[in-house]
Amino acid sequence: MSTVDTMVRLTYLAAATCFVLGLHLMNSPARARRGNQLSAAGMVAAVVATLVLIVDAKAITATGWIVLAAGAGAGAAAGRYAARTVQMTAMPQLVSLFNAVGGGAAAVVAVQEFTRLAEPVPARVAVPTVLDVLIGAVTFTGSLVASGKLQGLLTSSPVVFTGRRALTATLSAVAVAAGVVAATGRGGALPLSALLLAALALGVVTVLPIGGADMPVVISLLNALTGTAVAMAGFVLDNSVLIVAGALVGASGTILTVLMAQAMNRSVVSIVVGGFGTGDSAGAAAGPAGAGVRTVTADDAAIQLAYASKVVIVPGYGLAAAQAQHAVQELAGLLTARGVEVTYAIHPVAGRMPGHMNVLLAEANVPYPQMRELDEANAEFPRTDVALVVGANDVTNPAARRPGNPVSGMPILDVDAARSVIVIKRSMGHGYAGIDNELYTNPKTGMLFADAKAGLTALVAGVKTLVG
Amino acid sequence: MTNLTIFLLALLVGFEVIGKVPATLHTPLMSAANAIHGVVLVGAMLIAASADTPVGYALACLAAAFAAMNVVGGYVVTGRMLQMFRRADPPARRRADGADPERPLPAAPARRADGAE
Repeated sequence: MSTVDTMVRLTYLAAATCFVLGLHLMNSPARARRGNQLSAAGMVAAVVATLVLIVDAKAITATGWIVLAAGAGAGAAAGRYAARTVQMTAMPQLVSLFNAVGGGAAAVVAVQEFTRLAEPVPARVAVPTVLDVLIGAVTFTGSLVASGKLQGLLTSSPVVFTGRRALTATLSAVAVAAGVVAATGRGGALPLSALLLAALALGVVTVLPIGGADMPVVISLLNALTGTAVAMAGFVLDNSVLIVAGALVGASGTILTVLMAQAMNRSVVSIVVGGFGTGDSAGAAAGPAGAGVRTVTADDAAIQLAYASKVVIVPGYGLAAAQAQHAVQELAGLLTARGVEVTYAIHPVAGRMPGHMNVLLAEANVPYPQMRELDEANAEFPRTDVALVVGANDVTNPAARRPGNPVSGMPILDVDAARSVIVIKRSMGHGYAGIDNELYTNPKTGMLFADAKAGLTALVAGVKTLVG
Repeated sequence: MTNLTIFLLALLVGFEVIGKVPATLHTPLMSAANAIHGVVLVGAMLIAASADTPVGYALACLAAAFAAMNVVGGYVVTGRMLQMFRRADPPARRRADGADPERPLPAAPARRADGAE
């Protein structure tokens, strides 16, 4: 091993260490920024080391330098622009898009390395190549479809068509057959191309039938897959930093996938099989006043909130959809100024990706110590005077504690344990599970029928005029 | 064999480290992980170095563009998100609130000032 080689390998080791420590620092909001910077420093080191390696090997042609610089420059500019301009509500689709290009890059890298080698390609390259192309290509198109659904370019409802299962089965069979042939390292580019095309199509037909509400699981799963694809690219190129980084991402994606699936009371398999679930505008409006429902006016609700000593706000995706984060923070600020203790109870799936609601609230200047996770929040509800539910539905349904219905066993926020409950909602429409929410007919609950933003604005006005 | 060992150990380290991240930070975590898999840029650079056919150049260019978008965008957006997470209201905001004549007693800031004395 030459000196340069040794130095490069040591730098890769240092970069991998930076990635691990960077992720480790993310276990507290106070240190997370430093973690991201450390991880970025590791990335710069890895890239510089690779540049040194390339220059030292003297194999790269002038054209090689040009295409590399042009590609990287264009990609970096596009990524930087997208990252700087994206709205926080659009974060899931951007993460999905970055995921897509990461998976795509991993697949392309393996294809190029495979076709460059003389036949028969050794198994140590051929086998990870097959896995990389399969996973990378599925992730590429799958993430693009997910991103399109989240952006509203494609319908967020499950797309189910006749023969979908047969098509999926055929594509899978083609992918497996082509993959087995390619893994032997013979047959030229044909089996690999067949595998690539089948995998690209598989990504589309797998994600299309998945409903918008299942997106937190899908994004996490695709993230795990991209990580695995990058690790496979590391095997193909015999490059340790790719393997370590890919494995870390694979682990993080897997953990988040499992957490999200548990929080939605669904198995990962049933989500991927798809065809279930709904779009964003779930449920038909069943008219504002159902039987046994008590309505409250904004003014009454405002007085109730202003004279409480502890208020817990339960935000759901409806709040983000109505862009009401700032209105809710204004209300919380008014109440805090009156000496009311205000916290936010955030369900893991209150958004379109894991932790999405926390980011939206952080953007609206909600300090993170006020954000409570499921267990912490449930411990607080019994000593809460008023729970204010905004745009959340199924995750507050007490029916989850009983067996025999679609939400049975789902971890919920025990909103009904609070002394009184105010729900801001447009109508009695159903949530994603398609069942009545028993919380709404609870005698403790007052329904404030309004759009999340209009309702919160009315509450802010009420608190200001009536008790200010 | 060595690579497989590295892969498995890294996977275990990943589970151990990431399992401790609070739900509040799950979106930045995923975004940060996303940026980390942009390290495939290293792979794109290596294939650009070995390319010598038009197809090879095209693939290297594509891989470099994809990977660079992933890595740069990933780190920038993660940084942007993490910057928003604050322990308390920013001071400028508190001052503006305190100056609001409509509001009686800005309770929380006043208490904090007393505590500091």
